[in-house]
Parts: sequence; structure tokens; C-alpha cells
Amino acid sequence: MAKPPITIPELVAQFGPTLNRIPANGWNAEAEPDRLVKTHCCFCGQQCGIQLKVKDNRVIGFEPWEEFPFNQGRLCPKGVKRYMQDEHPDRLKAPLVRNEGAGFVPVSWNEALDKVAGEIQRIQQTYGNDAFALLGGASLTNEKAYLMGKFARVAVKTANIDYNGRLCMVSAGTAAKKIFGIDRSANPWSDIPLAKAILVAGANVAECAPITTNYLWQARENGARLIVMDPRMTPIARNADLFIPVRSGGDIGVFNGMLHVILERGWINREFIARHTTGWEQVEEAIRKYTPEYAAKIAGVPASMIVRAAEIWGPAPTSFLLHARGIEHHSKGVQNCMAAINLVVASGRIGREGCGYAMITGQGNGQGGREQGQKCDQLPGGRDIENPEHRNYIAGVWGVPEESIPHKGLSMVPIFEAIHEGKIKGLLAISCNPMVSLPNNAYIREALEKLEFFCQIDFFLSETARYADVVLAGSLMEEDEGTTTNVEGRVIHHRKAVDPPAGARVDWQIICDLASRLGAGDKFQYRSAGDIFEELRVASKGGICDYYGISWERIDREHGVFWPCPSPDHPGTPRLYEGGRFNHPDGKAHFQAVEWTPAAEETDSEYPIILTTGRVVSHYLSGTQTRRIGALVDQYPQPLCEIHPLLAGKLGIAEGDFVKVESRRGSVTVRASVVKTIRPDTVFVPYHWPLERAANNMTVRAIDPVSNIPEYKICAVRVTRVSAPEGPMAELQMEAGGVR
Amino acid sequence: MNGADIMEFFIDHSRCIGCRACMQACEECDTHRGVSMIHLETIMRADSVQTAPQVCMHCEEPICAQVCPADAIKMTAEGVVLSSLKPRCIGCSNCVLACPFGVPKYKAEINQMMKCDMCYDRTSAGKRPMCATVCPSGALTFTTRENIERSRQGMAIREWQFGGETVRTKVNVLVPGNVKKIDVSIQQIGTTGTDEYDVANLLIGD
Repeated sequence: MAKPPITIPELVAQFGPTLNRIPANGWNAEAEPDRLVKTHCCFCGQQCGIQLKVKDNRVIGFEPWEEFPFNQGRLCPKGVKRYMQDEHPDRLKAPLVRNEGAGFVPVSWNEALDKVAGEIQRIQQTYGNDAFALLGGASLTNEKAYLMGKFARVAVKTANIDYNGRLCMVSAGTAAKKIFGIDRSANPWSDIPLAKAILVAGANVAECAPITTNYLWQARENGARLIVMDPRMTPIARNADLFIPVRSGGDIGVFNGMLHVILERGWINREFIARHTTGWEQVEEAIRKYTPEYAAKIAGVPASMIVRAAEIWGPAPTSFLLHARGIEHHSKGVQNCMAAINLVVASGRIGREGCGYAMITGQGNGQGGREQGQKCDQLPGGRDIENPEHRNYIAGVWGVPEESIPHKGLSMVPIFEAIHEGKIKGLLAISCNPMVSLPNNAYIREALEKLEFFCQIDFFLSETARYADVVLAGSLMEEDEGTTTNVEGRVIHHRKAVDPPAGARVDWQIICDLASRLGAGDKFQYRSAGDIFEELRVASKGGICDYYGISWERIDREHGVFWPCPSPDHPGTPRLYEGGRFNHPDGKAHFQAVEWTPAAEETDSEYPIILTTGRVVSHYLSGTQTRRIGALVDQYPQPLCEIHPLLAGKLGIAEGDFVKVESRRGSVTVRASVVKTIRPDTVFVPYHWPLERAANNMTVRAIDPVSNIPEYKICAVRVTRVSAPEGPMAELQMEAGGVR
Repeated sequence: MNGADIMEFFIDHSRCIGCRACMQACEECDTHRGVSMIHLETIMRADSVQTAPQVCMHCEEPICAQVCPADAIKMTAEGVVLSSLKPRCIGCSNCVLACPFGVPKYKAEINQMMKCDMCYDRTSAGKRPMCATVCPSGALTFTTRENIERSRQGMAIREWQFGGETVRTKVNVLVPGNVKKIDVSIQQIGTTGTDEYDVANLLIGD
């Protein structure tokens, strides 16, 4: 019975989003904080160091943390205002139970936990263990991500657990594993300023990883030449040496075309290829037809740009590739990434100073969240759930029989498909908000409505939690302790700043309480998050993502430790693949030949315009947190549709007009932002908003066959000028999904 | 502190990404009570994503102070031009009109002019100004001249020509090496040269 118990406007009135604008103790220059807590921002994978000011168990402000080497005090607006999520009027402070017509009613923890455990058992006894699914998130600490994976396999005993990193990092991770054998950025960020050629592919660095901008500009000061590929002229593209306004989905044209020219001009590293790689012949064969002219047709850009890119990348003495969701969010996301990485391997410029590549993780713990076993096909340490040795090792750590560990389950989008098919009847979710973040939003809503039971653990009542039968009031990052792993593979320490408010509980205790009610309490005897980390270390030992030598004390002393770190006396591994040693059994990098294929939905006469979606600098993911912070909402209050004046003119659209952007699946009505900085065949709508402003109303439910990432970056739409939207949803505040 | 250790403020407009971390951090100052003293100009969003941060340039001969009838704008020994003194400011806005950089703003709700004072509370205590600490792109930097000369390609200059008037500022801007001072002549206004940022033109190729 998972439907909102009262209307959406009624829920918004009660639970927000409400804007927090004033610090917890007001603007009070005299009030000295009791202490400064050195911790990290929770609002993206950069995980910048920051100090939170705490007074009387309340977070009252921030102070830059200049000693932390990654960001040296630098912060983006999200980091500056991050503390405003604390002491928030919308904060959930009690478990809530759905009451039809009345809303959500506070109940005791015992009642709530008993109900959740009872429903898990009822559904599993009626329909089988796998009929109950779990969803985790990449904003969870490593400890919580580990706990979710273990909770699924040991307490709930379901195969079906996945996480929202499935919407984020899996294409990059799969490609990196196929070519190098490890799913991690290959280099620390300190290598970026040492590179003489930098290729940024599908990464709006200025808005989605702002701190990385300084690294790029520092490389430029050192003489690097910068290539940026993006359908929009982003702030870093404006000052790039070469901006390639690639058609969304046309990236392989650029990569293969570049490699074609590089091969032709004799810039590939034959010696490196012979000694350290396999599969080059297949790549050489595949790229033969990618002449600049052929490649340009796929990429939708002039052939001369591809040649110039090759001329920058090919002969460079050092180089660095950075890629992100722009090439990854495709039904060929893995292929896109592999084509990009082929450029790195063919140059031989990896595993040494100033030479390498990185995927820019998006979510707070985008890296660590995908290593600890909350993926449907994975066990802790980045282990494979179908590998008997891996299963045996983890069974030993958990003290369970190997055969009791479920096998590979469904990933995130197929979980929702299985709900539609009636195969999954119950769901427990934490740290994710599918009602904003999953494609084809109407389909997701229908799935939630079909569930017999849905429980969400959250600190605010997110758009998805509105559909829950039980909402358990969990914890914010600064209310608990633990580790995350940043974009570089550096394991860092989030210190606890304050206690959760009375009535809320830290997430890991909630999970352990549920495990206990499901009869697995003896496997979840943790006294602290530190206890979980100690078990995680052991569980990761010998795995690819080996944390065994890392301790919280070491992290504090060394400003983070890079995995793999197999023993306490190991220095950690900031740079992978030194000496051309890769992580496949043969020690070599495995080239992957890539052929371009069309998107799941290309434009046609009915839907003639490409829609691409993404982020803005002042919001994080589905906006559950940032749409509650006044200063961040003021900066970008509602989604706009970026449209080129040539296209706008053809459609009779002027700056500020309301436009309906409509795909076969749904639409949004938003204001137009008429700008010359986007391709004339493409419109852009950022995705942080819900309801009739949700860009994911339009996106297509097509996933990469290997990584299962959805195709957020291209679908077909039409755009029409419309009158001002009316009705209860339009009238909501902008942060709630209204429009002005 | 010898000359080499003197910390200076540098602006590199080419680095700015318009993220507004500077403004968000500036307004966090308890004395500003949620109001930013730094301004970020979006130059012409329809044509370009270019943005430009504007802190107080701290003129050597601050015209804002010179035109103040109440002598409310003071300069420190280090050359920092402070915000108006509350007991003196009469809210006349002479300074707002006179500043060639558009920095001082009159706040009607408190009947007082407020402006950037280079975080004097922080800089006088050995800390960096808030905006130049958080700026993620290095567009705003507070460091030594030696460090800038070592790490940046641009030339740091602090001389401006407004028609017949030469203005020297404490704050530096980074410009290409052949520029000695910035000539802000009236003829330049309105010529934006924005076509190079039109993606449609880029797609035509050569």
C-alpha cells in the first residue's frame, strides 16, 4: 500500500522542503564555537576537507581546513553551506508510520522496527526471500555500505540489493576493470598539474567537481593544453585550448577518430603496447574506418576538431584523461569509457608522474560506496559474488555457511522492473531518492505504488519517502562517524560533530536493530562504527580494494590513506599501475575494441530535439538536502531549459518563456534560458527537482547491458512554448517542485 | 615580516567559473549577517558563461573615502580600505556613486554603506580572506607576489586608467604579459566579441 497517505501539498506543508537560512545560533559574531571538528563535505565525491563549528551540540557554521592537502581550504557553495542541513526544521525526529488520510504518524522505535521486521518476514514467507529488495546509496560511509551488503545477505537473505551508484559510477568502473583490472581512478589529483595534455570528456568540472578546476588551471599555468568535450560550453570549456561541442552520444566518434589520427601520425607507443598490453590488433582494426570525416559525422562536430585533438594528445610527453557522467550515462556507457581509456593505453602514458586517468566520482562516497558489497553482484573488498573463493572468504568473515550467501541479484533499474512484474513485493531503501533520480519517473512511481510494503530510512522526508509505509529517522553524515573514499581512492575520516537529535538514530544502529529482529543479531554485534570498520578491513583483506592496513588513526595522521593498503606498514597506493603492471592475471592492460552504436532513442520527426540532463553547482543529486538550504536554492531556484537562440527562434521561444519539454514518457514545464553556449540540436534540463519539474519524467529507461547504468544523457524530446503552468503542483514553492 | 612574505590579493578573471563559493562564504561572516560583500557579475549569460568576481580593490587613494562627507571610511596602515564606521556613516551614498569599481553598496535597512574590507578581522590575525580561501578555481588568491610569479603565467598589475584618471589599487589582477595597465575607456563598453563562444559557430568548422 505504498502511496502518499495525504496529498503532496499537504506533505510539503508538514515536512518541507523548507528553506534553512539562519545559522543555528543566529548571526552572532561574539559566540565562539566550543570546538572545530575537522571532517569533510558530504556533497560530492571530492570530499573536501572542512571544519564544522560546534557549540552546545549544534553545528553553527564552518571554517576552511587549509591543511587538508586535497582542497587546501577550497570549497564550492555546497561545501560552504553544508552546515545548514543541521538544526533543520524538516529534520525527522521520530519513526513515522503511514496512516491513510492522516499522513505520517510518529510511533515508538520498537513499534516501527517490529513492523518493518514483521513485514520483511511476512513478504519473504509468502513470496520467497528475493521478493524483498534493498536499496543503498553512495552517500553512505564505507561502514554503512558494508553493513547494508552484509544485512542483505546475512539478515534479510535476499539476492536483491543494489545502490544508487548504479546511476553514477558503474560504466566507469566496468570499463576500468575490463581494461586495467581495478575500478578506481589511477592517479592522485597531484598528478593533474604535471600533465601537458588533458582531455576532459563529459565532465562539467566547474559545477560538479569545482575543486578540480584549480588542478586543471594549475596544469594550464604549467603549459598543459586542455581539451574539453561537452554538448554545452561549460565554464571550463570556455577557456579550454580546444572545446569539442560533441553531440550527446557521439563521444566514440571523437575517441576513435583521435586514435585513428594518432595511429596514422605514428604517435602510439608501440613498445609499451607490445610489453604491457593485449588486444591492440582488434583496436587497430576497429578504428581503421574512423577517419576524421567518418568520426566527425558520429560526433556531430567538424573533422578538424578531431584532428586538432589528436595533435594535442598524440605527441604530448605527459597526459591525463578525466571523464564523468557525460560519457558514462549512456546505454553504451561502458563502450564510451573504454574508447576513452584506449587513448591512454595506446599512449603508454599511465602509471607515472603526470600520466594517467581518472573517473570523477559524483556522489559523496561514490568510490567507497561501490567497494564494500552493497552492489547486487559484489562482496566486500570489491569481490565477485559468483567467485567461489571470494564467497568462501567472506562466509568465513561473516561466520555463515558459504551456501547461505545469496548469488547475484538484480541491479537498480531491474529491481523496479521486477516490482512491476510482481516479483518483488517489499523494499527497504536508504540514501537514495528514486522518485527524483531514476529515469522515466512515472514508471518508478507506479512501481512504488505496487509494493506491499516500503520502508525508507532518511533524515528528511524525501520525495520517495512519501511513498513509504514506515519511515525510520536516520542520521546525517556529521551525526555519525566513519570513513569514505574520495575521488582519488584516498580513504578519509568523517568525524562525528554532533549527536543525532532526540528521536532519530544513527543509521548503522537501525540496521543492526533490524538484523537482530530478523534473528541475525549475533552477526551484528557492533558497539561503534569503528567496530564495523575493523570488520570491513578484514573483509577487504586480499581483495582488490584492500583496506586491511588502514586504520582511523592512520587516516588522521596521514590526511587519508590510498587503497590498496594491504598491511599496517604499507604506505598505501596513491598511483596505480606503476611500471606498467596492471591488475589482470597476465599483468597487462587489456585494450577493448569499441564500435559506435546509436542511443536507445534517437531523435525523429515527432521528437526532433536531443535532451541531455545534468547538475548545477548549488545542488547535490536529488536535492533532498540542498533544496532545503536557502542560500543554495536562491542561487539556482528552479530548473531551466537551456536552448540555443537558433532553435529557440525556430520554435518562437524567447528568454524566460515557459516551455514544455516533452518525451514519449513525460514532460516538464520550466522557463527557457536562451543561450549560445549549447548545441542548437540539444536542450539541457538539470535533474535535481521533483514532480512536474523532474527532468527524469522524460528520460528513457534504457540501461547499459553490462554496467546497467541508465541513459540519462540522451533521449528525444519536443519543446513548445506554453502559458504559465497552473494547479497545485505548480503553486508549490520552487524547492518543492513548483514553478515561478 | 619582510617584503617577500607580504600577502597580497590577486584576481584572475580567466579562472572564474561562476560558482559563487566566494559570495556564499562572504555572507557567512557574522558581521555581514547573510549579506555578501563580494559581487559576482555574470557578464552576458546569453552569449557566454563568463563571470567576474568583484572585491573591493582597495585603492591607494580611495575615492570612496575622499568623497565621504562624514569621514566614515578609514584606511588601515596596511592600506586596507575599511567598510563604513557605523557611528559616522550617514547613508548618503556618495561613495556608492564615486567608486569606479561599483563596490560599496548602500543598505537601506541599516542606513549604512557596507563593503568588502578584505576580511580585516581574518587578515589582521594572519588568516586569508574567506573568499580567497574557499575559491575553488584560484580566481581569487591571497598569497605572496613571489608565489604568484612562480606559479602563474599572467602578469599581476594594479594600475587602472579610467579616462584621464589613473587609479592604483592594493588588489592585483592577472593579465597577459604585454598589458601594463588596464585601460577602462568608454568605447570598450558594448563590444563583447562574444561570437567565439557561440557553439553554433564552432560547429560550422573551418
